[in-house]
This record gives sequence, C-alpha cells and structure tokens, in this order.
Amino acid sequence: MADRVREPYAAPGQQREAAMMGMYIFLASETMLFSGLFLVALHLRLEHAPEVVAASRQMHYFIGAANTALLLTSSLLVALAVEAAREGRARPAVLATAILLGLGFLALKAVEYRMEYAEGILPLPGAVTEFSSPARHAFMNLYLIATALHAVHLSIGLGLLATLAVRLLRGTLPLPERSIVMVNAGLYWHLVDVIWIFLYPVFYLAR
Amino acid sequence: MTLQERPDRENLADTGLSETPAERVSYLRAGHTLKSWLLTTDHKRIAILYLISITFFFFVGGAAAALVRLDLLTPAGDLLSNEGYNRAFTLHGVIMVWFFLIPSIPNTFGNFLLPLMIGARDLAFPRLNLLSWYIFMLAGLLTLAVLILGGVDTGWTFYTPLSSMFAHGQVVLAATAVFVAGFSSILTGLNFIVTVHKLRCPGMTWGRLPLFVWSIYATSLILVLATPVLSITLALIAAERLFGLGVFDPAVGGDPLLYQHLFWFYSHPAVYIMVLPALGVVSELVAAAARKPIFGYAFVAGSSMAIAVLGFFVWGHHMFVSGQSMYASAVFSFLSIAVAIPSGVKVYNWTATLYKGHISLDPPFLFAMAFIGLFVVGGLTGLILAMLAVDVHVHDTYFVVAHFHYIMVGGAVSAFFGALHFWWPKMFGRRYSLVWGRLSALLIFLGFNLTFFPQFLLGYLGMPRRYHVYPPEFQVLHVLSSAGAGILGLAYLMPFAYLFYALRYGPPAGDNPWGVTGLEWQTRSPPPKHNFDAVPVVDGPPYDYHVEMEGDEDG
Repeated sequence: MADRVREPYAAPGQQREAAMMGMYIFLASETMLFSGLFLVALHLRLEHAPEVVAASRQMHYFIGAANTALLLTSSLLVALAVEAAREGRARPAVLATAILLGLGFLALKAVEYRMEYAEGILPLPGAVTEFSSPARHAFMNLYLIATALHAVHLSIGLGLLATLAVRLLRGTLPLPERSIVMVNAGLYWHLVDVIWIFLYPVFYLAR
Repeated sequence: MTLQERPDRENLADTGLSETPAERVSYLRAGHTLKSWLLTTDHKRIAILYLISITFFFFVGGAAAALVRLDLLTPAGDLLSNEGYNRAFTLHGVIMVWFFLIPSIPNTFGNFLLPLMIGARDLAFPRLNLLSWYIFMLAGLLTLAVLILGGVDTGWTFYTPLSSMFAHGQVVLAATAVFVAGFSSILTGLNFIVTVHKLRCPGMTWGRLPLFVWSIYATSLILVLATPVLSITLALIAAERLFGLGVFDPAVGGDPLLYQHLFWFYSHPAVYIMVLPALGVVSELVAAAARKPIFGYAFVAGSSMAIAVLGFFVWGHHMFVSGQSMYASAVFSFLSIAVAIPSGVKVYNWTATLYKGHISLDPPFLFAMAFIGLFVVGGLTGLILAMLAVDVHVHDTYFVVAHFHYIMVGGAVSAFFGALHFWWPKMFGRRYSLVWGRLSALLIFLGFNLTFFPQFLLGYLGMPRRYHVYPPEFQVLHVLSSAGAGILGLAYLMPFAYLFYALRYGPPAGDNPWGVTGLEWQTRSPPPKHNFDAVPVVDGPPYDYHVEMEGDEDG
C-alpha cells in the first residue's frame, strides 16, 4: 500500500505529478465556473452603478471581514498540515482546527443571512422583501446565488478535510508517500478561500 | 522516472504488469460478465460503452429530426402541433449537441486511441474515466425523463426570458441534464490533458504526437475551460425558474442579452469541441490514404491549437442582431473571419499531402474526402455568415441551419464514420466488407447534400428557422430536403448491418490491415488489455512513410 504505483504509471513521482496536474486543471475549471458569476456582477455594476453601491452599503461588511479572517487562518492551518504531511508527520489536530474555522465561517454566514432576512433584503423563496430599486433586487439575487454556491463548495471542502483528518487519526494514510492526497485537498481548500477573497470585495466593498 | 524501469529487463516475460493470459490475448477477452464491462477501468472498454450510448442517442436525436422533416413536407403544420414542433426540434438539438456530437469522437475514439497512440497503458485517471461515463449516463437518463414527461420547447439555446419566465415544459430538468453532462465533459477533458502531458512513452516528444492527439488535446482545453461557464449559466436559469432569483430578468434590471453572452461563450467553443476531433481524424485518414508524411505537420498541429484559442473570442457573431454594440459586432466579425486561416491551413495541407500520394480508395478515405468537401462548403458559408452586413440578412434563416449542419453533420459525423471504418479492425480485430463501406460513404455524402443544400437556397430566399408553417413556394425545396433526409437516415443505418456482420463473420484483421504508421497499429488487433507487451520506444518522426524521390531506383 505504502508507495503503491497504480496503473498506468511507472514511477511514484510520475503518479504524483499527474495527480497534482489533474487537480490544477480541475481548479481552472472551477475558476471558470465562478467567473461566470463575476461577469454578471461586473455587468450589474456597470449598468446600475448607483443602485449597486447603495445595495453594497447595506451589507454587513464586518461579518464578511470576520469570515475572511476565519478562512485565511484555516487556509494557513491546512497549508501547515500539508507541509507536515510532506515530511511524513500526521497533524490531525491542525486539520481539525482548520475544519472548525470553516464551520465557524458557515455559522457566521447563517447569522448574516438571518439578519438580512429580518431586514427584508434576502430574496429567499417566500420571503417578504422590500428593495428600493429593481437593480438592488438583482444584486441581492446574485449575492444569494454566489454565496450559496460558495458555501456548497466550502462544505465539500470540509467533507474532504474531515475524511483526511479521520484517516490521519487512524493512520490509514501512509505519509509521506500518499501526501499528494493532502496536497490536492489543500489546493481545493485554498481555491475555496481565494474565491471568497474575490466575492468579499465584489459584494461588500464595491462602493 | 522512465517507463522502462519497471519491468525486469533480464526476464523477457516480465512486462511490469500483473495480467492474466486472457487479458494478454485481448481486452475483449478479459472478462465476459456484465460486471466486467460496467466496472471496467480499461479505456478501451469505456470507449465501447460510450460508443453504444452515443449511438443510442444518435438515433433518438435522429428520430426527432425525422419528425421535423416529415412535418416540413407540407406548408401547413399538419403532422405536429406548434408546441409539438417546438419540442421536436428542441429535443433534436439538445440530444444531438450534448449527447452525440460533443462526446462522439473524443469519448469513443479519443478514449480508445489516445493511450494507444502515445504508448501508454491507460488514461491518467482510469477510475475517473469510468465515473465520467456514469455521469454521462445519468445525464442521458435525465434527458429521457424530459422526453417522457413532455419535452421542452425553448430550442437548444435556452434563451431567456423565454426559458426562465415563459416556457412550459421541463426546462429545469433539461437544464439539469445538460449541467450534469457538463461534468462528464470536464472530467474527460481533464483526463486527456494530464494523459498527454504525463504518459507519453519514451521518445514520444510533442513534435511526434499524432495529429489526432493534438486535436484531442486542443478539444480538451475547450472542454475544461468553456463547459463550466455553461454550467453556471444553466444554474442561473434554474435558480430563476425554481426560486425566483432572477439575474437575467429585465423586471429587476437584469439583462437577457447577458445570458446570450454567457451561453455563446460556451456554445461557440463547443462547436470546435465538435469539429476539432473530426479535423484530427481526417488528418490521420489523409496521411494513411496517401501513404505520405503529412504536409506541414507543425502547421496542422498548430492550427488545431489556434482554432481552440480563437474559438474563445468569436461568440459575439451569434448576436449580431441581438442588440449588442455595433463596435463589438465589428470586432467579433473580424475575429470570426480569422478562424478561416487555421481552417484553411488544414485543408491546403491535406490537399498537399494527397499530392502524388499512393491513394487507395478505401472506405475511410472516402469518408475523409466527403468530410473535406463538406467542410469546405460549411466553412465558406461560415465566412459569409461571419460578415456582419450579410449576416443581418440571413440571420436565423435556413442558411444558418444549412451552414452548421454542413460542419457538424457533414463534417463531424462523416469523420465519425470515417474513424469507425478506419479503426474498426483495430477495435474488434475483424475486417468488414470494403464494398459496402464505399457504398455507404457514397450514400451518406449524396443523402447529406440532398438534405442540406436546398436549405441554403431556402434560407437565402428567406425561410426562417424554427417555423413549420411556410409559404407554398418553398415546398419544392423542403420536399427535396426531406427526401434527402430519408436517404441519409437509411445510409446511416447501413454500416450497422455490415459492421455487426463483420464482428462475427469478418476475416481476422491482422495487426495493421491498412499498412500504416502509428503506435496503435504496432500492437495486436484487438489490443491486449494493457495495450502493449513491452513499452514502445519512439525513435522517428510521425507519419514516417517512404517518400519516393526523383532518381530513386524503383521510382
């Protein structure tokens, strides 16, 4: 199991490089997925600048900032765990802390959604909403779609990290031979982080 | 780090693999149970799974086309209701685009041949490859559910606000099906790219890759980078229909034109997903038929990459009359015309390759010739449509319909059949009847032209697309077109008869029935499960045929 080379590879190094390249290509694909949303945001901003600025002022940017800090810290922890794995050391506790921070992000996001719902600006199906302009409505629609899609990605990332943490605890992940699994999960987590780094200014700071 | 390290060189029987004798005989013998097929990670078996699935969808989409052509026999809409006609052409488009054309050559021949052509044991991620087939089948089942639950009438383009606000029918389900199929595309493209980068055998440098591999590589780049944009766009439509979260809805300041931009940002490159693999197949067929090195290898390979890159910047030519800025239209018009350059490079180089070649008129070459002729007509009419001023007149007419069918049916489907006839002996180890092969190539070519050439005339005379009630003076051309469709439909069925017959009764093909170069022909037919007994080493250029020079002894 340790440094098993699976078909069709000839050497472990080749297999690692292929796995990493596959992940980077997948992330490029994910980036294009979100770029569609960013294009819509750009279009709204160009077409309806005053309304978008007004809508952006209504956002709870402190919560967004706190969430940014949470995600960045969790990314740092994941990076540390990955580096340790590369050197053959299992750090399940570091990974678990990163997961907790990710859960903290989701909790804060839920609180934020709740506040926006109470203010009547979250266009959930069936919610009573009131917008000062139609473009503001479109902005909040996009905000809800983009942040929800991001939350879905974040949840998948949490699932990945949790699986890895369990495998590290049980010692079923041979390190450093299979550290590529950690590297790839880490890369995915960093992308989720990077997407948020762009979502945050686009929705909260675009004034 | 090289592939040779693994086998024990002292022991000639050691190929570095654990394989059973049956697996060593052929991939077809390695297990006969249903499970051995449905859980296989062998790229060759997955290719066969795709071949069966897309053939099924080809005939479902073809049945919808038959309904459309039958309804158009008379000027009145007497076979289908208005709604029924809309659903028939939508189904035809959705199935043919996403469930036949896009996966057709890449997922069958790309899957089968890519590892063989570069001397690899399999694709980079064999299990991901199988997963991608299952995702494709899930998407296919969703599409069949759409069909059973009453269909969808938006056209394959799902334009807003029709799709998001007004259309009846299963828009969300159909969008979900295409969304899911997109993941299959992305995973396949990813797999191909990593395979080409990481699994080439010793000596297989980038300059020695077969041209089919280059075209599959270019296609994969588009699959990976364009498909996610379609995914998010369809997700936005679903969000608008299901939850009222409109971003294209004009009532909240959204812009339906933005939808068109996003849709065509994927869907124009998607055209190149359909045709680039076909161009690669034809390069192989032409070199094989002429028994000559391909003329201008680097330019043919480079033109595939150029088409893939340029293809990302021409989407606006679908929107010349949609209300985009006229300056944008002018730029898109110029860039669209620029695509003619790499396309022309290919056609000229194929012609130059054939010049003074020892051409054999075997079925694969007849299909390749059909492709080249139809591709030239489709390409030149594409130039006409890329011209801003002309397009305004023929936009949304049968001229456009005829143009893209020349590229996608005349071109891509002819190349698909050419590939099927060329590599059939390799895939199944049996020869088929060349006479029947030639006949079906001829009939497909004639039937195709009879179907679609009248549509150029119809469109030029002003017949709009997507209408089933039309002025009586168009009837003659419509009847011609429908008659051609009948011939075409029968001609498409023909190969099934003699190819299936060959599976059982055909004489053994031998390793290299066409006498051509290429690594895939150096292994057995059908190939063993692990493709090669020993890892091949490449030490010469591709298409390394003997070229006679003036003054040769036997020339």
